[in-house]
Amino acid sequence: MNAMQLAGASNAAVYASMVILTLAMVLFAISFAAGRRRTGIVQTQVPISASIGSTALLTRPALDAPTEDEAGRKSANIGMSLTWLGFVVLLVGVVLRGVWAGRVPWGNMYEFSISTAVGILGAFLIVSLRRDVRWLGLFIVIPTLLTLGLAVTVLYTEAAQLVPALKSYWLVIHVAAAIICAGAFTLAAATAGLSLVQGRAERRGKAAMAKVPSAEKLRTFTYRVLAFAFPLWTFAVVAGAIWAENAWGRYWGWDPKETWAFITWVIYAAYLHARSTIGWRGDRASWVAIAGWAAFLINYFGVNIFVNSLHGYSGV
Amino acid sequence: MSTETPTLPPMNTLGFLRYTWRQLTSMKTALILLFLLAVASVPGSIFPQRGNNPLLVNEWIAQSPTFGPIFDAMGFFDVYSSPWFAAVYLLLFISLIGCVLPRTKVHWRAMLAPPPPVPRNLLRLPESMEFEVDAPTGAVLARANAHLSSRRWRLVLTEKSIAAEKGFLRETGNLVFHFSLILILVGVAVGGLFGWKGNVIVREGQGFANTLTQYDAWGGGRFTGAARLSPFSFTLDDFNVDFERGAAQRGSPSLFEADVTYRRSPGTVAESTRIEVNSPLAIDGAKVFLVGHGYAPKIVVRDASGSIVFDDSVVFLPQDGNFTSTGVVKIPDSDPQLGFQGIFVPTAASNNLRGPISIFPGPDDPAVFLSAWRGDMGLDAGAPQSVYRLDTAAMEQLGIDALSPGQTWVLPDGSGAIELTGFERWASFQIAFDPGKEIALLGAILAMTGLMLSLFIRRRRVWITVAATAGGGTVVQMAGLARIESADLPGELQLIREAVSDLAGIPSATTAPDVKEWM
Ligand code: HEM
Repeated sequence: MNAMQLAGASNAAVYASMVILTLAMVLFAISFAAGRRRTGIVQTQVPISASIGSTALLTRPALDAPTEDEAGRKSANIGMSLTWLGFVVLLVGVVLRGVWAGRVPWGNMYEFSISTAVGILGAFLIVSLRRDVRWLGLFIVIPTLLTLGLAVTVLYTEAAQLVPALKSYWLVIHVAAAIICAGAFTLAAATAGLSLVQGRAERRGKAAMAKVPSAEKLRTFTYRVLAFAFPLWTFAVVAGAIWAENAWGRYWGWDPKETWAFITWVIYAAYLHARSTIGWRGDRASWVAIAGWAAFLINYFGVNIFVNSLHGYSGV
Repeated sequence: MSTETPTLPPMNTLGFLRYTWRQLTSMKTALILLFLLAVASVPGSIFPQRGNNPLLVNEWIAQSPTFGPIFDAMGFFDVYSSPWFAAVYLLLFISLIGCVLPRTKVHWRAMLAPPPPVPRNLLRLPESMEFEVDAPTGAVLARANAHLSSRRWRLVLTEKSIAAEKGFLRETGNLVFHFSLILILVGVAVGGLFGWKGNVIVREGQGFANTLTQYDAWGGGRFTGAARLSPFSFTLDDFNVDFERGAAQRGSPSLFEADVTYRRSPGTVAESTRIEVNSPLAIDGAKVFLVGHGYAPKIVVRDASGSIVFDDSVVFLPQDGNFTSTGVVKIPDSDPQLGFQGIFVPTAASNNLRGPISIFPGPDDPAVFLSAWRGDMGLDAGAPQSVYRLDTAAMEQLGIDALSPGQTWVLPDGSGAIELTGFERWASFQIAFDPGKEIALLGAILAMTGLMLSLFIRRRRVWITVAATAGGGTVVQMAGLARIESADLPGELQLIREAVSDLAGIPSATTAPDVKEWM
């Protein structure tokens, strides 16, 4: 393939994946709505910490899988298959973009965005190999589509050489870690948001979202995702500092991009503390997780586009 | 990490102090201080900061005479060195120390203590099992002991039971992580107090020696003396630069690199190297970074009699991404004094609205636009003048003209002539010495290691009791306890069961059927 064909193929794959993911979204929405109509699902109470010695115990909540109606399950299953397909097609698009540019496909904001979309879907699909997370599909596909939509409309740039500051293997390491974190943070924000809604419904004793696990399970899930993502984010920030030392002669300079990476890190550290603070474990911790994601988004969109920063390589 | 609900402060001083200390070192305070730290960091990303961009700060203040000085007084232009920012992180670190030290003591004792004794009724614990093994009790316990010991459980063995515990590295990791944060802060402080940083512009073919007077800008910590600068020097032999010419990101730099010859100290052998953006030159603990570049038009000036009074290249500073650059030429020794304000454009385009402007950063069609002045440029007043500004207050303008390389402009009134003979390039270097960065890096590596231990290691306890049956077999009861759900106690118990039964792979009583967990 020559360069023109490569470019065309990459763009076509990105658009194709958007079509596939839109279908997946519709099917997930149908399944979700089918579940919502069911009423009266009572969630089991989760017993908290029987304490013995200094080690406390959280018992495993009973598996409270609600009965599913046939139509809802079917469309969720097709939605999952389509998500896999959309993921693979998008991955092909991202790889072709890298081949076209002759480097890692995250040299400008367009490329970073489509790579991040791969990160979000990838994080979700990896989790789906071990757990039944069909209920989460809708809330993953929507942010993915938003990211892709923004990428192809506002952020699109032709592939170009990297500016010299970006020519470093630290780019590969630092940004790859950030992309995986983007996926995990989005996943965690989705489940944290759901736990807030579910928790409110549970407190009112009304019909909770039938397809979605109990608020407590959602919180545990959020914690696990963030317990994985936080060290990785720490690593991404440290790798960025090492790279900055190499390129600019200082490892930390409070550039807006660095500042917001720090703010994101501090908020997620606060989240981890909130999880072990009485009175904060529940909804408050979920809000903190969402705040961390918001800080990440501000860093990603706000700082790249609006602020004059050393990191201004967005190409928009 | 006291999590008990706060009580009212006692009225005597000592009690009050103790109360305050307990509050300060409580988890909730840590949480709030973390939020404060996040919030306090925000203004620095909105307002320009003196440390990064002093010019922009001055502009900001000049443009809003009411709020500018107020924000300035509040430290919004120096957020990260402001007292309120320092207050937040110092409080946080005091809280951290007050939190971690007692916790270390507790952890140390816990590591020395034996695992807690077997609870009365094991089967009442949520994760427990009972089964029979066709072997005497002693053999069963011996097998369990061997299994657990080989997997490095700490355990206490009695005649009828085993109490075992594993996963202390979790808390160790947590403590290492928090201590490492202190180490990072120390690294930052050492860098700030003993480090220095300077900027210098060097033209092609020119040299630089590491002394204060040679720097265009220099800043050092409280304990850095000019006398401590190591005596290296270098010459910029060649500077190569290339720009993107395709439609995409046209004009962004695709390459820039500086070939230099350097000496560690005067008289030592000269070595050659290439400095690129991501590969600085390291000398004596200091690092020389390539941070920018620009053009220096070569100019020859003749006086009224036709003799050469100036023949040199002059550094012009880039004003935009296409290297529209400005600079001045001063001829203080001619009579009357001559001065020129110039705009150099590497690729000229005529633009009637904005004056001379460059449309591409590479030198495709270089030109210099000059404004000539005659009179007193005010050098005798004694005040130091910037080499990039011409004080025209007491001068008279002779006219303006544009020159391509090789062209000469004969000034009116027989004042002389100025010729553009070509151009050179210059590179700007940042030279930095930060003795704290290795400490900070060590802190960061330890912090990441500790963090992973603390998040991924699972602390868990297991108890086993045995009772002989009439037939010479053994009834085994086992139970496990863990702080976190992901500890996989059923799997752990199953492993032990397989070991003591000496029958690998027996079907498990606790393993769920092979379906994915719902969530
Ligand atoms: C510089 C500020 C701080 C940062 C960035 C920070 C960060 C963290 C992180 C990321 C964790 C998660 C590790 C884990 O869950 O095991 C953690 C846990 C913890 N932190 Fe901090 N921390 C800070 C200050 C403090 C302070 C001041 C205290 C004392 C009140 C404290 C007490 C704890 C405790 C007790 C845990 C363990 C929680 C648990 O057992 O789950 N931290 N910290």
